[in-house]
Amino acid sequence: MRLQIKNVRIVDPSQNKDKTGDIFVENGMIVSNLSGAADEIYDGSGKIAVPGLIDVHSHLREPGQEGKETIKTGTQAAAKGGITTVFCMPNTKPVIDNAPTVEFILLKAQKEGIVNVFPVGCATKGSQGEELSEIGVLKKAGIAAISDDGLPVSNSQIMRRTLEYTKMFKLPVISHCEDKELSKSGVMNEGKKSMVLGLRGIPRQAEEVMVARDIMLAELTGGYLHIAHVSTAGSVYLIGQAKKKGIKITAETCPHYFTLTDDVVKVYDANTKMNPPLREQRDVDAIKQGLADGTIDCIATDHAPHTAEEKNKEFDLAPFGIIGFETILSLVLNELVDKKVLSLSEAIAKMTLNPAKIFNLEGRGSLKEGSIADITVIDPKYSYEFTKESIVSKSKNSPFIGRKFQGGAVLTVVGGKIVYRKDNQ
Amino acid sequence: MEEIILDSQSFKKAIEKVSKEIFEKNKNLSGFAVVGIHNKGVYIAKRILSEIAALAKIQESQIPFGTLDITLYRDDLDEFGSDMPVIKDTVIPFDISQKNIILVDDVLYTGRTVRAALDVLMDFGRPKSIQLAVLVDRGYRELPIEADYVGIKHVTKGKVKVQCKETEGEDKVFIL
Amino acid sequence: MSLNRKDLLGLEHLDKKDLQLVLDSVKPFKDLFTRSVKKAPTLIGKTVVTLFYEPSTRTRTSFEIAAKRLSADVVNIAVSASSVVKGESLIDTGKTLEAMKADYIIIRHSLAGAPDILARNLNASIINAGDGFHEHPTQGLLDLYTMYEKKKKIEGLKVLLVGDILHSRVAKSNIWALTKMGAEVAVAGPPTLIPSNIASLGVKVFYDLDEAIKAADVVNILRIQLERQQENLFPSVHEYVELYQVTKERLAKAKPGVIIMHPGPMNRGIEISSEVADSANAVINEQVTNGIAVRMAVLYLLKPNNKVKKNAASN
Repeated sequence: MRLQIKNVRIVDPSQNKDKTGDIFVENGMIVSNLSGAADEIYDGSGKIAVPGLIDVHSHLREPGQEGKETIKTGTQAAAKGGITTVFCMPNTKPVIDNAPTVEFILLKAQKEGIVNVFPVGCATKGSQGEELSEIGVLKKAGIAAISDDGLPVSNSQIMRRTLEYTKMFKLPVISHCEDKELSKSGVMNEGKKSMVLGLRGIPRQAEEVMVARDIMLAELTGGYLHIAHVSTAGSVYLIGQAKKKGIKITAETCPHYFTLTDDVVKVYDANTKMNPPLREQRDVDAIKQGLADGTIDCIATDHAPHTAEEKNKEFDLAPFGIIGFETILSLVLNELVDKKVLSLSEAIAKMTLNPAKIFNLEGRGSLKEGSIADITVIDPKYSYEFTKESIVSKSKNSPFIGRKFQGGAVLTVVGGKIVYRKDNQ
Repeated sequence: MEEIILDSQSFKKAIEKVSKEIFEKNKNLSGFAVVGIHNKGVYIAKRILSEIAALAKIQESQIPFGTLDITLYRDDLDEFGSDMPVIKDTVIPFDISQKNIILVDDVLYTGRTVRAALDVLMDFGRPKSIQLAVLVDRGYRELPIEADYVGIKHVTKGKVKVQCKETEGEDKVFIL
Repeated sequence: MSLNRKDLLGLEHLDKKDLQLVLDSVKPFKDLFTRSVKKAPTLIGKTVVTLFYEPSTRTRTSFEIAAKRLSADVVNIAVSASSVVKGESLIDTGKTLEAMKADYIIIRHSLAGAPDILARNLNASIINAGDGFHEHPTQGLLDLYTMYEKKKKIEGLKVLLVGDILHSRVAKSNIWALTKMGAEVAVAGPPTLIPSNIASLGVKVFYDLDEAIKAADVVNILRIQLERQQENLFPSVHEYVELYQVTKERLAKAKPGVIIMHPGPMNRGIEISSEVADSANAVINEQVTNGIAVRMAVLYLLKPNNKVKKNAASN
């Protein structure tokens, strides 16, 4: 298959490139010229081509919770959102602490998935936080990172060993920073809003004490620490200070943390419930600042599908998490690029070049000749309302339903193959 | 465009007429009491009460007087939407059992207000009798209720508006 | 006039005008209690369901009497706490009640926001009878009315709430109603039981009850849940009594005309001494009587969705 994307504005942070031209794809790779006539010519005029987006934090729910999402529906949703690579967290059933589960996911992804899927392996057996999982075996099977995600390692000694042991594999450890004793039974940010609503709060410090601990352990071990979904001003500060000190750590945030505040919880809509919770305006501002000054390296979705039955409940009883594949790109464009927090190239780097570097994804995150042909084409003039009906993911738990967007993905290419094309394009 | 039914002069006459008729029928005033229905019925009732006191040559305060609000007894509360009537005080400062009650309202129309007012009174006890006095009977009854004393009968489909000195500064009855 | 809403979920959502309307509407209902027939046919043919996920005899009984005095048919449903997690979902329970033509659903729930969820999904009027640590609006209104009745005004009144403010829906509803009506509200309790941002609601914070009680016109004493001690929110009942029990000695430091309120049920000898509870300053029993009248007024002033607005005939 030979593909030519014509007359498109190419924005590729890996080459510091922003100019209009053609992209040629042959045998799944980016090439400088096609060896013959193109099988497909896509008119890219007025559109922007960027390296395929990489989302290093998501939950595909398979195996075990196929009612919420499957590898098939999840990757379809990702493709629609312009995402070409997703990392899937290990809190499946069974958890990803053994090679057969990794192999199952990779096989399923190959058969039914339409974007690249990289499993994340458990840090500890059963994500119980007690014994290290067989990280070497998992690495061989194909994981891209290590994490116990929502069941964070509370024992500092075990976290230290995880960071130390993974060094030999150059495997980043993704840390969901939460002191479970401090956040205990909390369901939203602790603040004026939680007081008014009578909901138990999760203080910012539940995140920050663990960010601080993990930074110190990264300093101690020299391990590859990647801090997941930063939600507070204090975390941004701690990470910024650590980086200044020269401690090698990286961090991500999610679109909802730079877009929404805990104000939106007001009618007890569980689609505004996630962990960490939505904070306040000063946190939103600090996260934007952290993105702008490079403290925060990546933007990920933390796509966490849950069924309507699970979410349409008393706020306390509904599970944490929202979907994110189908809104990340538009939110980044509207909330960061349009509002001049980041340039388009800087914003794209946080979803392409940076994650590819941090997680050693060779040949990805770039449109350089010889790279794997993962490409996202954005139409900046595509304006739409995000409706429940339009959601491809199996679950519809998004706080952004009803929101109007300007700009989004219209073409997604994975390994040289078109996996998503917006109608009438 | 308003059609005047009673001006201040004829208003006064109508009150006097009704009061006189009531006094004629209840000469000894034994167990006699007056109850006005909110809003305008209360003012009409007070006028009637003072006329009767004058006729009987007694103090007004010797005649037991009460006010009554029918809101909680209306049969059309479902139809008000969000604009619920303001509830006024129902004050019956005497034991109504064995009393001969003169129930007073400004206008008698469908009869539904009077029906509700009778129910209110019954919930206070068992009066010996209830007689109805109204300033205007505009006809078009929907219930089998008639007044014992009528100031003026004026059959009309138009809305009858009663103004009183106490509230509007002028006694007047007209059709909107 | 009405509250112009289908549901009463919290006093946060009412404005001064609404609160004044409730205050002005209570007396006609209270007057009914002195008649030989204590009821009016206002809600005849209407069905009121009390749906209680938490046991509460006094609030449920108060609502039941209120609805019955307005001639509504009342059905009481008590749901055990365990079935919240296991059994039918809240929305399904609500829909079932609506299919049975309930016009008003009065819900008590241990989780904040449960009434909001019903209100969003049903046409019936939802009245919050207490949800988690959120609000208890009719208690707030009856407290407001009792203060209004006793002190003739709310504006400028100095009201002190004592005890567990953090977990108290009664405190929350009191604070909303009182601050909107212009009262000066203060709270007193240990820092562990006072939300850190309570001052943002326009409330003064005291840790020393002896200091706080001096200026108060009204002292509203909250029930202390003994299980809070297990959460390390205070070291012992003994110490709580020492620091925060409203005693005769403490009452002596207050203004002579101070009124003592308690939403009940009281822990005599813990947050309030028996002498204070039975003193002339206490209006605790009046609160109970007023509660019925206030709840009748609320039932009268709310409108289920299925009612169409028409011009009512007069005369």
